[in-house]
Amino acid sequence: MTNILEVRGLRKKYYQLEAVAGVDFEVREGEILGLIGPNGSGKTTLFDCITGVQRSSAGEVRFLGRRITRLKPHSVYKLGIGRTFQLVQLFPGMTVLDNMIMAIQESEGTLLSRLFKLDESADVEKAIALLEFLSIIHLKDECARNLSYGQQKLLDLGMVLMSDPKLIMLDEPMAGVNATLGKEIGERLIELNERGCSFLVIEHNMRVVMSLCHRIVVLDGGKKIAEGLPEEIQRNERVLTAYFGG
Amino acid sequence: MAKRTNRKLTIGRFVRWAIFLGVILCVPLIFGGNRYHMYVATLIGVYIITIMGLNLTLGYTGQISLGHAAFMGLGAYTVALMTLNGYSFWLALPLGALISFVAGLILGLPSLRVKHHYLALVTLGFGTVVYLLLSNEYEITGGFSGLPGIPRPHFFGIDLSSDIAFYFLVAGFLVLLTVVGLWILNSRWGRAFQAIRENDMRAEMVGVSLLAYKLLAFAIGAAYAGIAGGLLAPLMKFIDPTSFPVHESFWFLIMLVIGGSGRFEGAFIGAIVVMLLPEFLRGTQQLFFVIFAAITLLLLIFWPTGLAGLSDVFFRRVLQRTPPRLTK
Repeated sequence: MTNILEVRGLRKKYYQLEAVAGVDFEVREGEILGLIGPNGSGKTTLFDCITGVQRSSAGEVRFLGRRITRLKPHSVYKLGIGRTFQLVQLFPGMTVLDNMIMAIQESEGTLLSRLFKLDESADVEKAIALLEFLSIIHLKDECARNLSYGQQKLLDLGMVLMSDPKLIMLDEPMAGVNATLGKEIGERLIELNERGCSFLVIEHNMRVVMSLCHRIVVLDGGKKIAEGLPEEIQRNERVLTAYFGG
Repeated sequence: MAKRTNRKLTIGRFVRWAIFLGVILCVPLIFGGNRYHMYVATLIGVYIITIMGLNLTLGYTGQISLGHAAFMGLGAYTVALMTLNGYSFWLALPLGALISFVAGLILGLPSLRVKHHYLALVTLGFGTVVYLLLSNEYEITGGFSGLPGIPRPHFFGIDLSSDIAFYFLVAGFLVLLTVVGLWILNSRWGRAFQAIRENDMRAEMVGVSLLAYKLLAFAIGAAYAGIAGGLLAPLMKFIDPTSFPVHESFWFLIMLVIGGSGRFEGAFIGAIVVMLLPEFLRGTQQLFFVIFAAITLLLLIFWPTGLAGLSDVFFRRVLQRTPPRLTK
């Protein structure tokens, strides 16, 4: 199996504090990799460094063999890495449909062609199909800010799906979502995974992590303390210490 | 069902254009006899063009600009200097727009690093620099003596020096720039501009090049002001640096906020109301600014969406319909 994403010796320093202190791991093609760890262990910072939102201090990130370490977020996105955020990030004053189309419009054509492109029916169709699946189709003309938190979370996921990314990075997809909806999201993720999409998922809900992920990487204090199959992680001494104290 | 909504939209659009063009045509019929009234009407047209540009930069893209008077000055001085030296107005105006466009591109650069009031300060600095250049480089700009005797243009042999003819020239540009503005804002550019205003970090994450779009938003907004300036010079026939002082940019900001920032009709409503209010409040003399400030404050507190937002209330409460949007 080839690696879709390789992270080598990644570091992120904020003055004295080292949020990510040299992390190595890889996401294999077609797998769902879970990223867990106590609060403040550097998971989100790691996400930020991979997607270019923050500049890493040292180390290297490769996506499909290509070095993406210093790329801007929009270049990373265009290469095929989609991402959701811990705190939902939407365009609050725009309609749900516009949010969905916004997620894809910049990945096709040139800057100039976007000024003259009038026919968006294909994108609209795709957006509507996804909104239907996420069961928020009735809100398509509503301003995103008027949606409930769970609905915003779904919209966030829908936006990521619009671009058909090769790797999807989810930052706590289940937080604040009710159990039924959570189960549905989980099923959708598995369905996408079967179609060949790879995932890197931060999640605190252990039941979800254990059932969804093929492999798990555990971070603590900015360092990787364990890596392996869900069953191995559940029995790992260091992980238990990190989570529940010694 | 879909067909019906489409037809409704077309009728709404037709009505709006009919009112817009109707008003433009009616003004000279009603006020044609009065030179001052025609001058004010033409001036309003020029200001609407500027505010449309500011609306694109600030209202839609969320990038504050206090340099719009300076952009207007660049366009005005380009046209004035060129036409006074015998070049055609039709060459000078596009060049003025181009110079403002390029200045807008350059002024857009700091917007990549600073936001909100810091950006306001940078653009304010730009406005001050242009003002100082215009007043101190008197060998070129004439300094405070200004540039008198700016000629009005001809259009395919038609003399546009009469007030009504020049009014129609400005009105023609207004219609043209309205079409262009609507086109840009309803295209994917418009959506990207709004995405930057709403959440620039996420916009960047979905592939929006902040560099390209922020600079474009500044440059297009500046080009609008440049064209407005290029029309202002032959309208006044005389310009000097005090036509483009820094505080003029604040007036533009007030016009946009009163009309409705981020709403296409906001530029029109704002420019008309702010330009006409002094005419109606003339009897109040010294009290004018107090009354004006009070109106602005009340509007900001109770109706931050401006007068354009008031029309929404009319549509929702009285007509029980979703208010129409001119842009996405």
